[in-house]
Amino acid sequence: MTDPHPVTATRTPVQFDTDELVINMGPQHPSTHGVLRLILRLDGERVVDADVVIGYLHRGIEKLSESRDWTQIVLLTDRMDYVAAATNNLGYCETVEKLMGLEVPRRAQYIRTVLAELQRLASHLVWLGTHAMDIGAVTVFLYCLRERELVLDLFEEYCGARLTYNSRRVGGLPADLPVGWDRKVREFCDIVDQKIVDYEQLLTQNRIWLERTRDIGVISGADAIAMGFCGPPLRASGVMRDVRKDEPYAAYEEFAFDIPVGAAGDTYDRYLVRLEEFKQSTRIIRQALDGMPEGPVMGKVPRLIKPPAGETYHAIESPKGEIGFFIASDGKSLSPYRFRVRPPSFCNLQVLPKLVRGHLVADVVALIGTIDIVLGEVDR
Amino acid sequence: MDLVYIAHIGVILFTFFMLLNSAAVLVLMERKVAAFLQQRLGPNRTGPWGTLQPVADILKLLFKEELRPLAADRWLFALAPILSVTAAFSAFAVVPWGGTTTLFGLLPEPVPLRVADVNVGILVLFAITSMGIYGIVLAGWSSNSKYSLLGGLRSSAQMISYELSYGLALGAVLLLGNSLSLTDIVNQQSGYWFGVIPRWFIFIQPLGFVIYMIAGIAETNRAPFDFPEAEQELVAGYHTEYSSFRFALFFLAEYVNMVTVSAVATTLFLGGWHGPFLPEWLGWLWWLAKLFALLFFYIWMRWTLPRYRYDQLMHFGWKVLLPVAVINLLLTAAAVLYWG
Repeated sequence: MTDPHPVTATRTPVQFDTDELVINMGPQHPSTHGVLRLILRLDGERVVDADVVIGYLHRGIEKLSESRDWTQIVLLTDRMDYVAAATNNLGYCETVEKLMGLEVPRRAQYIRTVLAELQRLASHLVWLGTHAMDIGAVTVFLYCLRERELVLDLFEEYCGARLTYNSRRVGGLPADLPVGWDRKVREFCDIVDQKIVDYEQLLTQNRIWLERTRDIGVISGADAIAMGFCGPPLRASGVMRDVRKDEPYAAYEEFAFDIPVGAAGDTYDRYLVRLEEFKQSTRIIRQALDGMPEGPVMGKVPRLIKPPAGETYHAIESPKGEIGFFIASDGKSLSPYRFRVRPPSFCNLQVLPKLVRGHLVADVVALIGTIDIVLGEVDR
Repeated sequence: MDLVYIAHIGVILFTFFMLLNSAAVLVLMERKVAAFLQQRLGPNRTGPWGTLQPVADILKLLFKEELRPLAADRWLFALAPILSVTAAFSAFAVVPWGGTTTLFGLLPEPVPLRVADVNVGILVLFAITSMGIYGIVLAGWSSNSKYSLLGGLRSSAQMISYELSYGLALGAVLLLGNSLSLTDIVNQQSGYWFGVIPRWFIFIQPLGFVIYMIAGIAETNRAPFDFPEAEQELVAGYHTEYSSFRFALFFLAEYVNMVTVSAVATTLFLGGWHGPFLPEWLGWLWWLAKLFALLFFYIWMRWTLPRYRYDQLMHFGWKVLLPVAVINLLLTAAAVLYWG
């Protein structure tokens, strides 16, 4: 039997040039949230690999802190996560208080909690706005910044600054609440609760939003823990971990609030988790204002802050995740012997290459948005 | 006879001039509508209510330095914006924007308000609007920049995913109108059913209209389908490397394309210049009203929706839009056979 299709000649297959396309995304790019630089290796538009290059905003804050005195460092912490300066202040001050064994008055604790939650709202508003804008919903960005403006007004009324607050002192607070401030905060909480409904109408059930965020950048709970994910992204992967509940600080122990947890660990879940945190934050703020105790806002603090020799680590839940401070004091000098920050943005950013692998360029910007980084904190 | 000839040329020049102006009006409209949707004021410093903003924009663009990357393909780089804008303008030529006019009795015979009544108007339209994509592809390729290249590639991927449905939606109207001339199709939409409902094709072709508008948005690269320029992803996509007047041409082409697509939708589905209440010679007012309603819809979409991903558009185009368009065409054909 003869072969009906005899092979008469072997054709050499056409050789295509199949190099990977290497593109440089950032440090100047509309959606790298500052000065993040990604080196993407693309196959078509599919990301084969990504390299994260950081350090463009490095100011040496940690080293700088080792030659500043203990009160001046509060100012430097403002400049790390400049979208959530108040939380950084809180983390630092609590660490020093822990090192010195200081008692902070209860009223100060309550006010600190209110400020921290207001800051969480402001930071999440910036996140939601920029995340939605990266995916193309520009209008959400302007809506979110409109509400954030109200938080900034509240902060301005409290401490005079709108971005870098310097709003805590070791042992307490610089000032008591202005008259009528709590009423304004309540009004703001009502506004935010209303506006969240607006955002949800624009995005949550939006077909395009669902298709752009569902199953994008999925990470399992185990992987998330292994890679040091923290904050809302970690909780979106189904891991119940929130420093506010696990190791309560400030006055969080005294309030009832829920920790939203996701299941799928994709971009959509991270969105839902943060959206739910808005509601929990206003809930905490209302409780704190209702139960606000009377009393001083500054504890008994020595004139010269000079912690005893020793070292300590203390973490709090910043809007981005777990921000921890490791401070060592030699007990002699007026500045820390060693100062080191565990920045949530940095730890979350290292997961980015894993998240973007296999996705398209359009998803890369969605994924940068979803892990909510601030380069000031990544680079310090 | 001479007077009619001059009137014809006058209409052509007027159409061209107004098309240029429409881009300026649209720029202002886009910024004002966007501002309104976002609770801002929008441009309000240049002239009353910011009306001179387009003039300021254009002047600014003209006075910018013309930059061309050294590695760019010199001729194609120059050709691409011209191709884009030419396609955008010439497609409009077959769209009638009003009935006929004698200019209040000045002209011995009525002059139709359109540039040309081609008897294969729809085909011309389809052919020329598809050309516009070459401007974008060439711009992306000739810039010799990676972001531009990705933008150009996206636009070709985008084109193959909507063009078929676009053609099939037009085909259904063609069956109804039984003509390829746009003027004929408009004239068939005059009058009323049961004395109240205008005989616009949108009422018998609602599906066709929706398909046409979706494909039209993709055709003009507007959000949510603005992948070739997606500024959050590709910086500015195909026109990343363009500046000054060449950029202005792309800008112009985008807006004129919007006008053309909306004008064709008005012509094919919304009865062109026909409408109740107004006398025949004011029909162009109806035409303008319908056109701007559609343009407002365009802008509204852009500032409300997030952006699709281009592979999702391809899925959508091939798996949803195309089957629906085919079914729509077959149903229309059956209905025309049965009742027509």
